[in-house]
Amino acid sequence: MDQRTRRQAYEQRQRKRSLIIAFLSTSVVIGAIVVLIPLLPRWDRVRKSFFDGEIFADSFPRLLRAFWLDVQIFAWSVPLIFALSLAIAVSRNTRSPALFPLRAAAVIYTDVFRGVPVILTIFLIGFGVPGLFDSRAWSNPLIWGTAALVLSYSAYVSEEIRAGLEGVHESQRAAARSLGMSTSQTMSTVVLPQALRRIVPPMMNSLVSLQKDVALVSLIGPIEILRQAGLDKSKFANFTPYVAAAVIFLAVTIPCTRIADYLLNRERRRTGATAVS
Amino acid sequence: MRPNIKKIVPVLAVGALVLAACGSDDDSSDSEAAGSDCSATIEDGVLTVATGNPAFFPWVIEDTPESGDGFESAVAFAVAAEMGYAADAVKWVRTDFDAAIQPGAKDFDVNLQQFSITPERAETIDFSLPYFTSNQAIVALVGSAAEGAATIADLKDVKFGAQAGTTSLEFITSVIQPTQEPFVYDDNVGAKAALEANQIDAAVFDLPTALFVSAVEIEGSAVIGQFPTESGDNTDQFGMVLEKDSALTGCVDDAIQTITDNGTLAAIQTQWLADNTGAPIISE
Repeated sequence: MDQRTRRQAYEQRQRKRSLIIAFLSTSVVIGAIVVLIPLLPRWDRVRKSFFDGEIFADSFPRLLRAFWLDVQIFAWSVPLIFALSLAIAVSRNTRSPALFPLRAAAVIYTDVFRGVPVILTIFLIGFGVPGLFDSRAWSNPLIWGTAALVLSYSAYVSEEIRAGLEGVHESQRAAARSLGMSTSQTMSTVVLPQALRRIVPPMMNSLVSLQKDVALVSLIGPIEILRQAGLDKSKFANFTPYVAAAVIFLAVTIPCTRIADYLLNRERRRTGATAVS
Repeated sequence: MRPNIKKIVPVLAVGALVLAACGSDDDSSDSEAAGSDCSATIEDGVLTVATGNPAFFPWVIEDTPESGDGFESAVAFAVAAEMGYAADAVKWVRTDFDAAIQPGAKDFDVNLQQFSITPERAETIDFSLPYFTSNQAIVALVGSAAEGAATIADLKDVKFGAQAGTTSLEFITSVIQPTQEPFVYDDNVGAKAALEANQIDAAVFDLPTALFVSAVEIEGSAVIGQFPTESGDNTDQFGMVLEKDSALTGCVDDAIQTITDNGTLAAIQTQWLADNTGAPIISE
């Protein structure tokens, strides 16, 4: 039988106590919200305008179907964004003078695509590029809208990856050099794994932000969830469809962020840090 | 134990909520029934007329409604004159198409933006009597899949595009019912861009807009068909939009009735709207 130390027993009692206090405090706040907000004078109007149950039930299946398009666009964008931003970040991080044009190109790329609003990029690429083709298959706005999203987001994500790369202490590269590893070996086996693990929270941030920016593809035609919510809003003159869309988004983003938190905690425990409370 | 700040903050927040709930006045507004008061404008002595941003040809010429050029601009000035507002007592503002038909207080007296009268919209805003009867028409590039269509069945496999929230889009989804879902845009500009980029085969607009788009705005396009005014659920009629239960509605209706009866409206239509012949009629 493992015997708990006095420290461990103390910490367990503290944890139990914190749990009870947190539970009580949350109940008070939630109870107050549930009881007091309906007492506000215009609550009825707001409730009818934003939280109408019938309209919610009516638009929900349509929104779910439109959301499937978002999911597909998202599924296509994420690996492409990751690959492109990794390429840009790594090229920006090269040190050899012979690779200067590559570094310059990466800098110009990030500057331009971070500076130009995503909406503009989507219109320019979504409407502009297809005009050059004759075939319907190649002018599909889904292709070019996704391409515009990928180009825009890679600029942001590449900066996050670069932050991770620069966050790896120089001594790691020095140690790798002294072991006789080449630059590319250092990058792939020593620096990158550490860097990528560090930047999980900001990457998750970008991912969640991307899930919502996918809606911008609706500007060039496809009916995805926010466009469908807008059409329903016009049809019913009520904003509940947007609330329903928000519920669907939350149902997807909250598990994603919890997974990211779990990965982070696991990493923290693995690298041996003790929590200071 | 020291007083824990973290416990006090939620209590303070709750207290603030209680104070706010008790302190607010009761909402007392019960809207007045629609009346016939020609002077009940939001600004005394001035009729505030709203239109789109930008306002399209042939409804307003060169996006300057103040000039009186363009069908809707001319109608607005004629109605204002009947209501007792001279041309210099008319103020023009711009609104978003969608925002104007949402419930709530408005910052205009009347709004003309090719709003089709529908029962759903009439629940949230007031419509005046119709000032124009429109029909839907299709614009496509010459040589597209939609060309030569004579019945709605010929259009089933066409890829359509239209502006969000309009009766044109309703027409596509409820009357034509194509096999491919239409693409939807924030405004007609998007639909036109998509036509040029070969992303859609055809776009649906009301006939006057369609004639302008094909004649001037998109090269190599044509109005390949128009639908009879009786197609679909409603005969598409444009009405002016007013705030729900506005006191001006009766007055505006009287003015529109007068200019319809004395031929002014017909004259304005002849002056600004092109003839409807030429585009083949597509039957159901």
